[in-house]
Amino acid sequence: MNVIETKNISKLYKQADLEIRALDNVSVNFKQGEFTAIVGPSGSGKTTFLNSIGGLDSPTKGQVLIDNNDITQLNSNKLIDFRLKNIGFVFQSYNLIPVLTAKENVEFIMLMQGVSNKIRDKRSKELLEAVGLQEHLNRRPNQLSGGQQQRVAVARALASKPKFVLADEPTANLDSSSTSNLLDIMYRLNNDEKMTFIFSTHDQRVIDRAKRIITLEDGKIISDTNIK
Amino acid sequence: MEKIIKIAWRNVWRNKLRSLVVITSMVLGLWSGLFTIAMSNGINEQRVKSAIDTYLHHIQIHNPLFEYNLDINSSVEDPLQILKELENNNLVKGFSSRIIISAMASSAHGAEGVRVIGIDSENEKQFSDISKNILKGNYFSNIKSKPALIGQKLADNLKLDIKKKLSFTFVDDKGDLQRIKFKVEGVFKTASSIHDSGNIYVKKEDLNQLLFNNSMIHEVAILCNNIDDSDILKQELQNSFPENKVETWKDISPELGSVQELMVWFFFIFMSIILLALSFGIANIMLMAVLERKRELGMLMSVGLNKTKIFLMILFETIFISFISLPVGIVLSYLMISYYGRAGIDLSIVSQGLESFGMNSMVYTHLPSDYYFKITILTLFVTLVSSLFPARRALKLDPAEAVRSQ
Repeated sequence: MNVIETKNISKLYKQADLEIRALDNVSVNFKQGEFTAIVGPSGSGKTTFLNSIGGLDSPTKGQVLIDNNDITQLNSNKLIDFRLKNIGFVFQSYNLIPVLTAKENVEFIMLMQGVSNKIRDKRSKELLEAVGLQEHLNRRPNQLSGGQQQRVAVARALASKPKFVLADEPTANLDSSSTSNLLDIMYRLNNDEKMTFIFSTHDQRVIDRAKRIITLEDGKIISDTNIK
Repeated sequence: MEKIIKIAWRNVWRNKLRSLVVITSMVLGLWSGLFTIAMSNGINEQRVKSAIDTYLHHIQIHNPLFEYNLDINSSVEDPLQILKELENNNLVKGFSSRIIISAMASSAHGAEGVRVIGIDSENEKQFSDISKNILKGNYFSNIKSKPALIGQKLADNLKLDIKKKLSFTFVDDKGDLQRIKFKVEGVFKTASSIHDSGNIYVKKEDLNQLLFNNSMIHEVAILCNNIDDSDILKQELQNSFPENKVETWKDISPELGSVQELMVWFFFIFMSIILLALSFGIANIMLMAVLERKRELGMLMSVGLNKTKIFLMILFETIFISFISLPVGIVLSYLMISYYGRAGIDLSIVSQGLESFGMNSMVYTHLPSDYYFKITILTLFVTLVSSLFPARRALKLDPAEAVRSQ
C-alpha cells in the first residue's frame, strides 16, 4: 500500500519576470518501509519535493496523497496538525531547541501530541538509547557533537511514531564516522520497525545505503531505481 | 502549555546580557517615572496642606459681599448661631472666627496694602499653623499692647523688625478713616511668599476696640475631622445659613484642587510616555530575538507547533521580562520614595522660586499605594502590546524558508 502518492505535482516560483519551475509534473509513490534517497544536483528540486510531501510547501498544481488524503487541500492549521501527527523531520542543521536537553527535545513532539508524562519519559529514553545517547539525556545541544545532535534529531523525528521520516541532507554537516553511525541507526529502525525514510542527499555514503534512488533534474524525475 | 512556558523562560536567559539590558532599562524607567511623580505629588500635597493649615482651612464662611470688596460692614450673618452649630457638629475638628480689615500698612520706609486679620490668639494656636511658622520673635506672648505678626516678605519690604512699630490706616465701620499703631512681635514665614507679603495677624480684641460694632466677624474658618467631609459639611452649613456664603478650600482656591486632579492625569500621561519609550525597546529586542531564531521557529512550525503556541511563546518571553522588571522597579521606587518621604529632598537652592508658588523648599516624596497597582497594570498592558509586533512577525515566517535560513 502507498503511504505517499504524488500526482503530477508542479511548483512554480516567480523571481522578478522569471518563472522558475522547481517541480515539473512529478508523480511518484512511496510504500511503507522504504529507504529512499532523492538525489540530483543543486537546484534540481529535491528540497521542494520533500517540502511538498511534508506539507511545508504547497505545489502550484497536482495532488499529494498521504494515506489517500490530499494534503494540498488542507488549511495551514490543519497542515500543522497533520505534520505533527504524521511526519518526522530531520534537518540538515539538526535544528534542536537549544534551551532544552536532549531528552526534552525528544519529548517535545509527544508533549504537543498530548502524550502522558509517563509514556513520554519511557519513549524518549528508549529512543535516545536506540540512537546510542542514553548517557547524554540531560545535555543541551551545545554540549553535544554534531553527530550526537543529529542523532537526537532522529530520535525526535521518531518520537511521534510518524508514518514516515523526511530528512533533508541529514549528513551534510557530519564527519564520516558520525555519518556511518547515523545511517546504521536509521537503517536498523527501517529494518526493525519498518519505518519509511525519504532523504534528499548529495552524500554518496547515504546513496550507497539507500534501497531506492530517485534522481531529479530540473524538477523532473529522470530515474527511479530500486536497489536489490 | 507547560513546555511553551518553560521554553519561553529559558529563551529569556539565552542572551543574558541582552535580557539584563532590557530588564535594567525597564527598572530604571519605572523607578525614574515613579520617583518623579512621587516628587511632584509630594510637592503638591505639601502645597495644599500648607495652604490649608496656614490660611485656607477646609471651609470658610463669609458674607457673600465680603469677597468682592472686603467691605468692613459685609460681616458674617448670624455669627453666634454659626459658632453654636459648629460646636455641636461632629464633622468639625475646630474652627476660628476672624475679623478682617483691608488696610494700608506703613512704616518709616514705605507702605503696602495688607489684610489685617484679627484672631483669637489662644484658639488660633490650636487651630492653624501660624504659631508654628514664627521665624523670629514670639507668638503673642511678650508685647502686651497691640502686638502684630507680620510675614517675612512684608517685613523685608517695609524694613521692619521685632518691636518696630507699624501703623495701619483703614476705613472703619462708620466710614471714618482710622490710623492705629501696632508693634511687631513676630515675623512668620509660610510656604507662600504671596501670603507672607499681604497678611498681618493681630489680636481680635485689639481690632474690636476700633470698631463701632464690636461683635462683627468677617470670616469663620473651619477644619473638618476628615478633609473628604468638606463638601458634606459645606452643604449642611449652606442650608442652615443661606444668607452667608459657605465655600470649601477647592472653591476658594480652585487651582489647588485642580492640580490634585491633574496629578492623576499627569501620572498616567508621564508614565505612558516612559512606558511607550520602553515598549519600543522591548519590541526591538524581541524582534531581534525572533529574527535570530528564524531557523528554530521554522523548525518548531515544521514539526507541528501551531501559530497560537508560537504567538504565546513570544508573548511569555516578553511577560517574563516584565515580571522580573516590575517587582524590582516597584520595590526600588517604593524604598526610595519612602526614604525621601521621611528624609525629604532639600531644594533650598531654588527656594525663592518655589515659595512664590506656595511650595516648601523641603520636598517629601509621596505616592499613594494604589498608584503602584495602577503602574503594574499599565506596565503589563504596554509589555503585552509591545510583544505583538515581534510575535506577529514570527507568525509570518514561512517554515520551509525559515528552517533553511542561516
